[in-house]
Amino acid sequence: MLLEVENLTSHFFLDEGVLRAVDGISFDVNEGETVALVGESGCGKTIVALSLLNLIPSPGRVVGGRIVFNGEDLLQMEAERLREIRGGGIGMIFQEPGAALNPVFTIGSQISEVLRLHRGLNRREAEAEAIRLLGETGIPEPEKRIKAYPFEFSGGMRQRAVIAIAISGRPRLLIADEPTTALDTTVQAEIVDLLRYLQAQHKMAILLITHDMGVVAEMAERVMVMYTGKIVEVAGVCELFREPKHPYTSGLLNSIPRLGAGRKEPLRGIPGAVPDFLDLPSGCTFHPRCPIGDESCISEFPSLRSISPERKCACYKVEAG
Amino acid sequence: MKRRSQSNHLILLAALLPGVGHIVLGKRGRGIRLLVVTIAVILVMYWRWEVFVSAFHSTRIDHWLAAVFLIVSLAASVTYSVWDVRRLLTEIPMATRGKSPYQLARRRFRANRLAVTAVYVITAFYILAVLAPLLAPYDPSAITDVLKTRFLPPSMDHPFGTDAFGRDLLSRALYGARVSLSVGLLAVMIAISMGTVYGAVAGYFGGFIDNVLMRIVDVVIAIPTFFLMLMLVGIFEANLVFLVLILGLTSWPGTARFIRGEILSLKQREFTEAARAIGLPNRLIIFRHLIPNALSPVLVSTALMIGGMIGAEAGLSFLGIGIRPPTPSWGNMISQGKDALLVAWWVAFFPGALLALTVVCFNLLADGIRDALDPKALMQRFV
Amino acid sequence: MSWYIIKRLIQAVPLLLGVATVTFLIVHLAPGDPMDMFLENRNLRNIDPEVIELIRQKYGLDQPLHVQYVKWLGNLLQGDLGESFEHRRPVSALLAEAIPYTLQLTALALLLDALVGIALGIFSAVKQYSVLDKTVTIGSLIIYSLPSFWLALMLVLVFSVNLGWFPTSQTRSLDYEFLSWFEKLADLAWHLVLPVFVLGIASAAGTARYMRSRLLEVLNEEYVLAARARGLKERAVILKHALRNALIPIITIYGLSLPFLLGGAVIIETIFAWPGMGRLAVLAIQARDYPVILATTMIAAVLTVIGNLVADVTYALVDPRVSYEKKKPV
Repeated sequence: MLLEVENLTSHFFLDEGVLRAVDGISFDVNEGETVALVGESGCGKTIVALSLLNLIPSPGRVVGGRIVFNGEDLLQMEAERLREIRGGGIGMIFQEPGAALNPVFTIGSQISEVLRLHRGLNRREAEAEAIRLLGETGIPEPEKRIKAYPFEFSGGMRQRAVIAIAISGRPRLLIADEPTTALDTTVQAEIVDLLRYLQAQHKMAILLITHDMGVVAEMAERVMVMYTGKIVEVAGVCELFREPKHPYTSGLLNSIPRLGAGRKEPLRGIPGAVPDFLDLPSGCTFHPRCPIGDESCISEFPSLRSISPERKCACYKVEAG
Repeated sequence: MKRRSQSNHLILLAALLPGVGHIVLGKRGRGIRLLVVTIAVILVMYWRWEVFVSAFHSTRIDHWLAAVFLIVSLAASVTYSVWDVRRLLTEIPMATRGKSPYQLARRRFRANRLAVTAVYVITAFYILAVLAPLLAPYDPSAITDVLKTRFLPPSMDHPFGTDAFGRDLLSRALYGARVSLSVGLLAVMIAISMGTVYGAVAGYFGGFIDNVLMRIVDVVIAIPTFFLMLMLVGIFEANLVFLVLILGLTSWPGTARFIRGEILSLKQREFTEAARAIGLPNRLIIFRHLIPNALSPVLVSTALMIGGMIGAEAGLSFLGIGIRPPTPSWGNMISQGKDALLVAWWVAFFPGALLALTVVCFNLLADGIRDALDPKALMQRFV
Repeated sequence: MSWYIIKRLIQAVPLLLGVATVTFLIVHLAPGDPMDMFLENRNLRNIDPEVIELIRQKYGLDQPLHVQYVKWLGNLLQGDLGESFEHRRPVSALLAEAIPYTLQLTALALLLDALVGIALGIFSAVKQYSVLDKTVTIGSLIIYSLPSFWLALMLVLVFSVNLGWFPTSQTRSLDYEFLSWFEKLADLAWHLVLPVFVLGIASAAGTARYMRSRLLEVLNEEYVLAARARGLKERAVILKHALRNALIPIITIYGLSLPFLLGGAVIIETIFAWPGMGRLAVLAIQARDYPVILATTMIAAVLTVIGNLVADVTYALVDPRVSYEKKKPV
């Protein structure tokens, strides 16, 4: 087991109250596998990613749980060791590749910085390695491009550079937070291919955070569905797409347009919007939007139960087996 | 029935002593403020009764104005107190608080204790300035037995001491406040309104007009403002009116540039397109739709500029080319204090401290407005 | 890059021409001609009108305005700023004596501003909401608001009059000529402390406030988070990644602060009897010495334009995003 997360809880302490962005979630990631974390925008996915590196911006912080990476608890370890893991053990790529690169430093220097820090290379070695990494991530003429600034790159190239930085510390886990959302459709496909190629090359595990079910279908082996800071369903990717159990998962899958579906058939989304985190509905937070919910759902949030050996679901209306 | 008579008592109470009604109804903050104002007005009247009465048939307009101001504020506090108590008695208190951007900004501003204090201090200073003829314990330009009264250190009789001519510095500082505070306010009004219209016209019409107007702004900005003021004040033998005009007319380009930028971005927005599509004339689009939308950031620079202007006026007067003695202004008082620095520190100290306090308060006010208006200061939602 | 500098220099020419025209017009459109006002100010009205006419001719004041303007502009281009009514010496000679003193004062004040302002801004932002932060925020607001001449007087009162640590005014001691070179330097520094402090501390306070808010803004940027996620040390994150970005706009602020410093120098020089350009301007205005008034205003404007030019060029050098062909966003 590469990563074991247990009862992770992260809160934001705002003037208006405590915002429970991540509310007691548990999951595992095995060596070399791809796990997807999906859900609508604003359901706490990014905060999970930042919690894993203990990097939640103030006024938020991780308030409880365990994050065991490679046998060590990230929340208990010394700051020095944690920094080694950030970038060295766990790499991260971001939704906005433009925003994740420092605008006033060259791409090359931003890669070299990580190489020198985590792999102890000297200046010349770092530069050579940076060129190799840019080439590996599919940037043409890398020996020229290392001298370029982020603003001179296109969106897709920036994401490649961000990926190059993320893998430069040879991490065993790559957290990809909406890696394709900000990109054009054709570029999205290239980035997905790149990630799959790199994963095979470097034997990395990937925690893929996205709301794009298409990317999930292409990359993930297992899927976790998240709603209002909680995981509501866990399943293998095939089972999930074939037979979603949780009504929220069904809703997410129904909102994808599909070829072959009759034109007349309406595209069904999920009614309503993600609720305000400071004013969550009682009980199962999904019940106001749920097609099958009833009075039994409003008292308490259902726990995440195993319904078959490889599947879990948090819904009163879903029977085991 | 009983409730009715009870509320009548309350209204009577509110009329007799404004504020008490509010305190009974549980609105303590508002009540105490009203009470303080009322008591202060009555005390001033009682204390300076003779001056107050004679002010009404005085030939000096400032005395008359001060007396009228007292009466009006007493009347206003009684009227407001009765009106508000009646409103509180009849209306059901609002359950939900408003959430318009303006209301949110106001609430954020009220939560900023420093800024609110600054507002109180500024208001108090302006009131003191208006009431100077009633409040000043001595005639600010009366010179008596100079040898006996010159350079008296601060004491009960002369809280701020006396200057080289034996004049009471507290009285002079009160009269000086009128000059310093009004010059700042009026000059900024000129600068802001001129800059706003100028910038709006440049930004809205764009093209050639914009180009010409902005090159003029470039030229004016290139001359350091203080040098420009110095030159103009020196050449035009500044009296009070000229000084206000000069300060105002040298300080508009910054606002013009800012407003132009705002208008340029607002011009791209849909509501301008819509206004143009239904055929509104340019004048209406600029004044009804564009300027109001660009104005809230201007509020911040207004507060900043008033502080700056008060400082600039004082600086010019300090150099001997702004307000000339014997008319007191904080700037020329400090200038006189400079010559007496070795024998009487208080001559320069007190007017300067008042000046500093005023400018600090205006800057705190500007800070408060900016924080209240700035959506970035709001807690960002991370999720 | 050099192309960019040349372009900016060319753009500055019409600007300076505009400044020259505006200052000329202000002086000459004033009621009465300059010589009238100069004499009136001196109570010299009773001089023989023929003598006055002669003086007028000597200064070219008898000619029509546009002729005077062209002539004045022509002389200006040759570096001839006319002759002072008061001192009967070329204005350029007066300025050549005064400007070094002003530059000395403003340059040191800028240095103080940069060192103290930026450092305090960084500390304040990094330790947001700490006692230090609150002290810096409120303290800088107060210092920023203090009228400089009053602050100067109070400091003189405490440090010169009461404690006797620093001289009350002047640029050097009476026995300056007899000192060794090292003592001369020390003497100069000793005289510089108070004026530089008063002139620089207010802008340092402004810089600290600006630096703080700018750095806080940058620390919220995603690239800072990204840098932390790569395991960089907090020092590197703040001093390298965040600071570089926060410092760039400060350059523009410095370009813009020059007119304020020069304005401040007017008052500071007057108080400390510092024989710089500001004091020259004040004395000229008090004496209605128009050629000097015109010239000092011109020079102040030229220095401001140069300051902005230097700031723009530096900006372009340190910020890779400024492409030299495109106009900088306003």
